[in-house]
Amino acid sequence: MEKKLPKIEIIEKYCKGCHICVEFCPKDVLEMKGFYASVKNLEACISCMQCELRCPDFAIKVITE
Amino acid sequence: MSFDYDKYLRPGKLPHIWCPGCGHGIVMKGLIRAMDTLKLKKEETAIVSGIGCASRLPGYIDCCTLHTAHGRAAAFATGVKMARPEMNVILCGGDGDGTAIGGNHFIHACRRNIDMTYIIMNNYIYGMTGGQFSPCTPTGHKASTTPYGNPDPNFDIAKLAIGAGATFVARGTAFHANQIDKLIVEAIQHKGFSVVEILDDCPTTYGRRNKYKSVIEMMNRLKDVAVPVKAAEKMTAEQLQGKVLTGVLYKEDKPEYIAEYAKVIERAKAAK
Repeated sequence: MEKKLPKIEIIEKYCKGCHICVEFCPKDVLEMKGFYASVKNLEACISCMQCELRCPDFAIKVITE
Repeated sequence: MSFDYDKYLRPGKLPHIWCPGCGHGIVMKGLIRAMDTLKLKKEETAIVSGIGCASRLPGYIDCCTLHTAHGRAAAFATGVKMARPEMNVILCGGDGDGTAIGGNHFIHACRRNIDMTYIIMNNYIYGMTGGQFSPCTPTGHKASTTPYGNPDPNFDIAKLAIGAGATFVARGTAFHANQIDKLIVEAIQHKGFSVVEILDDCPTTYGRRNKYKSVIEMMNRLKDVAVPVKAAEKMTAEQLQGKVLTGVLYKEDKPEYIAEYAKVIERAKAAK
């Protein structure tokens, strides 16, 4: 069965580049691209929502169906 | 499923003023989730704050909000609750605002046991005014006004609240983000004065003076020092050295102030 991937939306207008989402992602999905966080490896995402839960700036949304 | 924070936020107010990595945003998210769990109506919820970084929180949440004088959140909130007892009154502020400038108001609000919830974001420092030491700055730690280390012993907010007579006292940390909303839900449901202390990080004015290299290091410190109340029961005093208990620390039922005051009004009417 094919795994359904979530959509990770990063609002760059709100992101302050604090690295929290990148460091606390258990599957190493995110990386810092310049000042902002960005998605590196979406296939590894398990939709644990840790990045959305911990982002202090309301800048990440993990949209699952 | 993604949580829709936008329905509780005032449109156009983000990005907020807090520094990169500041835990206040995590606490605000917890409060919004708690409000959603309890299905609090916006017109029946009042968030009251004083002055400080943490006290900027009500500006972002779309409900009845009141931004008052430094340390006076408890006094203004008591007025709101007395005039409109049906309102859910939530106070928020930092450690300096709550326990130093407003220390007097804080202990007397605890003593009165009026049905409100006080969320204290303890980041160990006065952040907004430039990093002066607060009553919660640990002994020996540095602040802008104590560059050679702070000689004062620090307050334990939870013990202070219990001693002053608060009937629900809980503690969480910004690292344990999942726990924050559960503690706030329990605090709001409790009939009486509830205090929720959230240990927070201030990378800008506290972290860089005390040799924390990054926000992540500060977050990991919160993870290391926190011990849940149940786990602490099985630990020895030696193991608990330097640790901080988290979870619901104290809960009791006592007569609530609004109900008692209504009885006074009845008695006064009957005396005529």
